Amino acid sequence: MKYVMAALLAVGGLSLAAGGRGHGAEGRPVIIADSVKTDPETGLAVDANLPLIKAHCTACHSSKLILQNKFTREGWLGKIRWMQKNHKLWDLGPSEPTVLDYLVKYYGPVKQPFDGRRRPLEKVEWYKLTRK
Amino acid sequence: MLSALAASLGTEIVFARHMPDGYIPVGLLDNDRDALKGKHPDMVVLNDRPWNVETPAHLLDDAITPADKMFIRNNGIVPESIDVKKWTLTIKGESAKTVKTYTLADLKTKFKVHTYQLTLECGGNGRAGYYPATSGNQWTQGGISCAEWTGVRLRDLLEDAGIKDDAVYIGYYGQDIHPSREPGKVVISRGVPIKKALEDETLVAWAMNGQDIPVVHGYPLRLVVGGWPASVSGKWLHTIAIRNKVHDGPKMTGKSYKVPKEPVEPGVDPPEDQFRIIESMPVKSVITYPKSGAMIDNGRTLALRGHAWAGDLEVKELHVSIDFGATWQKATLQAPKNRLAWQHWTAEIRFPQKGYYEVWARATDTGGVSQPMVMPQWNPEGYINNSCHRIAVKIV
Repeated sequence: MKYVMAALLAVGGLSLAAGGRGHGAEGRPVIIADSVKTDPETGLAVDANLPLIKAHCTACHSSKLILQNKFTREGWLGKIRWMQKNHKLWDLGPSEPTVLDYLVKYYGPVKQPFDGRRRPLEKVEWYKLTRK
Repeated sequence: MLSALAASLGTEIVFARHMPDGYIPVGLLDNDRDALKGKHPDMVVLNDRPWNVETPAHLLDDAITPADKMFIRNNGIVPESIDVKKWTLTIKGESAKTVKTYTLADLKTKFKVHTYQLTLECGGNGRAGYYPATSGNQWTQGGISCAEWTGVRLRDLLEDAGIKDDAVYIGYYGQDIHPSREPGKVVISRGVPIKKALEDETLVAWAMNGQDIPVVHGYPLRLVVGGWPASVSGKWLHTIAIRNKVHDGPKMTGKSYKVPKEPVEPGVDPPEDQFRIIESMPVKSVITYPKSGAMIDNGRTLALRGHAWAGDLEVKELHVSIDFGATWQKATLQAPKNRLAWQHWTAEIRFPQKGYYEVWARATDTGGVSQPMVMPQWNPEGYINNSCHRIAVKIV
């Protein structure tokens, strides 16, 4: 496992130079979903800390488990603890806060309140239905 | 989406129809990697480790769900080697009078063979519709199938082994591999109360739609329990335990496939002891034609169709609305092929003028319970969302 981890970190390190653009140099960048660059391999948001995510998260499971969800910091921490309890995830050590920062930044709760009981239909792909 | 994924996996999607029936390639070492083999290219991959793949509503149009349009919900890794000649099913447990082991040939020749069309719906189907969002695969409408399954009644096997008076539950065990790859670690082992296990339609099946069960759906043997969360229909089945208590295998405990005993405010997650196991799935329906997004010339009649199902019950009525439930029109509803099969419905609708419409479908079961139009009772694990399906239509 150590070998795999080291290899992944090395690969991640290579992409660091090219992938750092999505991360604002000053303070907190404003994140607009459509403007975030995504990593072609995993679909995850490109960020200086993406290699850490690849090493600790997607080394063992699909990035789709991250991409589908939006959790608070506590929610993501709960997932890490659950994986440590049930799926042999290792202690993330000093990387844990950085991993959580990344997850909450890109995959945190939707800020816009929703107080209806059904959202409007989204992303309808219109097509002409002709008589059969 | 599927083809892009296949490319990333470095494998080619080979359609099952090009292969002889029941043929498992010799030397196939990575059944998990081949999970999408033969699947329709428009199936939606929610997760690839483990595989969770859903069927878009318009692909559910067939009366009997074919293998290429059947959703996949795996919890672990597909078994790497499947030797059908050596495959056995063992019936055992505290409440079994004897331990019995059968080969596939025993099952096929020593017991009466039955075929039923059975509705299998993922307990988490509709999870994407909950707010606040709940964790897990974000199923929309497509975690549902209704194929024809052939096998023997579980009852006949349990009675052959002998059922003690104190029997409460059965639990299944399959050959899938735990995601941690820890040898012998059970991935998922769920079950049903003995009453449900003894129903006519509860099968130990080796065939789906008249052919060997596809590998990803449980080849060579699967427990099939219609109308309940599909997670009780154990794949790659090798053992059934007759239990003298509620079965306690992985995903029977904690909060898996459970909802709070008392309704909770959205976002509230009570402790484990305040949850109950989901049994029969709730009444639900889907519009399979047309696909959402249809633009139709003004003045035309639109012929709709779809399916409806109601767990252990039947669907009594189906209604459609084009005005967000202000008015409803009754659809023509067929009887199920057999108990626990979904029912087909059709309706012809007219639109009063040009513009944007949503077509909503709402089923009502024989107990008088209907699908909610809004999000149903929120629950922390995001199960059993049976709110009405709807499609967008523009009259132009």
